[in-house]
Amino acid sequence: MNRKANLTGTSGVYRWSAILGITALTTLLAGCPFDGDNDNVNDNNSDTDTFEVTITNLTAGQPFSPAAVIFHGQHWRAFTTGEPASVALETLAEGGNNASLLAEAADASQVYGHASGHGPIAPGASETVTITLPEAHNRDGLSVSVLTMLVNSNDGLAALNGVSLPALEERQSLHFTALSYDSGTEANTETVDTIPGPAASGGAQEGFNPVRDDVRDAVALHGGVVTQDDGMTGSVLRAQHRWDHPAMRVTVVRTD
Amino acid sequence: MKLTRAVTTGLAILGLTPALVQAADLTVTIENLTRGVYFTPLAVAAHPEGSQLFQTGQPASTQIQAMAEGGDISGLAGQLSSLGATQANNPAGGLLAPGASATASLNTDGTANTQLSVTAMLLPTNDGFVALNAIDIPTTPGTYSFYANAYDAGTEGNDEVRGSGSPGEAGFPVPPPLEPVVGTGATGITAAAEGFVHIHRGVLGDSDNGAGPSDIDSGLHRWLNPVARITVTVN
Repeated sequence: MNRKANLTGTSGVYRWSAILGITALTTLLAGCPFDGDNDNVNDNNSDTDTFEVTITNLTAGQPFSPAAVIFHGQHWRAFTTGEPASVALETLAEGGNNASLLAEAADASQVYGHASGHGPIAPGASETVTITLPEAHNRDGLSVSVLTMLVNSNDGLAALNGVSLPALEERQSLHFTALSYDSGTEANTETVDTIPGPAASGGAQEGFNPVRDDVRDAVALHGGVVTQDDGMTGSVLRAQHRWDHPAMRVTVVRTD
Repeated sequence: MKLTRAVTTGLAILGLTPALVQAADLTVTIENLTRGVYFTPLAVAAHPEGSQLFQTGQPASTQIQAMAEGGDISGLAGQLSSLGATQANNPAGGLLAPGASATASLNTDGTANTQLSVTAMLLPTNDGFVALNAIDIPTTPGTYSFYANAYDAGTEGNDEVRGSGSPGEAGFPVPPPLEPVVGTGATGITAAAEGFVHIHRGVLGDSDNGAGPSDIDSGLHRWLNPVARITVTVN
């Protein structure tokens, strides 16, 4: 695995978050005087499993919107390629707003835990999101999805779309690289009025719009942006807004 | 270890069970993940160890050339037949549209066909093709998913204009579903055949449907690899 390539940034984050997690557990136990089982600060058999999900933006010029991180069973999906996007996915992919997607996930019986990222993730930057799940869900079929908008695009998103997690020992980590998708809900005009990200500063920068005017109302792998530097009339994007696969790296660590 | 490695490289392995039976009966589902690229009739075959469709860095065979330039898989089918391959070609019954899927069934019982290959031409391209090239067919029953990349056969210059599907002739064929979305009157991009199979660099295209350097639409026909998901279910 490629942790060595990234030692300066993320490994420090792992350790720091792990310390915070243990501190929180200690505090919780101290506040429960009627809990006789007070020797399990480092107990692998506590009632919950905690995962740290570190999201890294691998692009040159595409900030990520606040991510949606969802742990779920093997059959739940935020989207299916070749099928129309839900309005919740469209809302994330066109405007970077993850609220509807997370609200729908919260209501789904196959979803075991979910969280929003803390904010946008700049190109090259990483962020760690911590999620605690009931332990019963750490079993075959446990899967993770991570979704974020590429904000200097019409309706592009980077997504890990329901990858299966084998049972992880404490401290064991898994690394994934993620593809980018086109939600198929908005024409890829690349104009100053239809892209919500900073590349369209000064324009209308529209986010979500319920109209579906892409060539096909279906989620596909993203073909990338064309940009004005590559001859697209009307595009506000420049060469640095192009990207390639993979667009995102996701590391999942079980910390407790 | 194998599971961990597969997961980290993006292959999803689902439903692993510890049984040790020889693969005999499998289905292969090919999903076109692109936004605007069509696949020509797919060759889907199980074949013996030691055989493969092509080797990157080496010149394409005439059979790969015919497939990649014009979508003709008859040469490949004949070659695979002479190897004793198990074939289920053209599962889509023609073109596989963007976003669409097709499923082929293969039964390798009583054969030595342990390798799986899937390939088809990509339209609109001059000699681009999608391929899964001689992967080991899993022997444990379960569902396995693989991503397949686009390659360039290296047999034709990528001039990106309408033209011929015959080997050695310039341009690409335009079957009916592509007619409205492929431009006309392009001057063409100056490009020579590369001479060897390699990962496709993608198409340039342009945003002028009636002129410009390319008949390909830059906003519709570009892709970033991979271009297909291939799901193998071993029964």
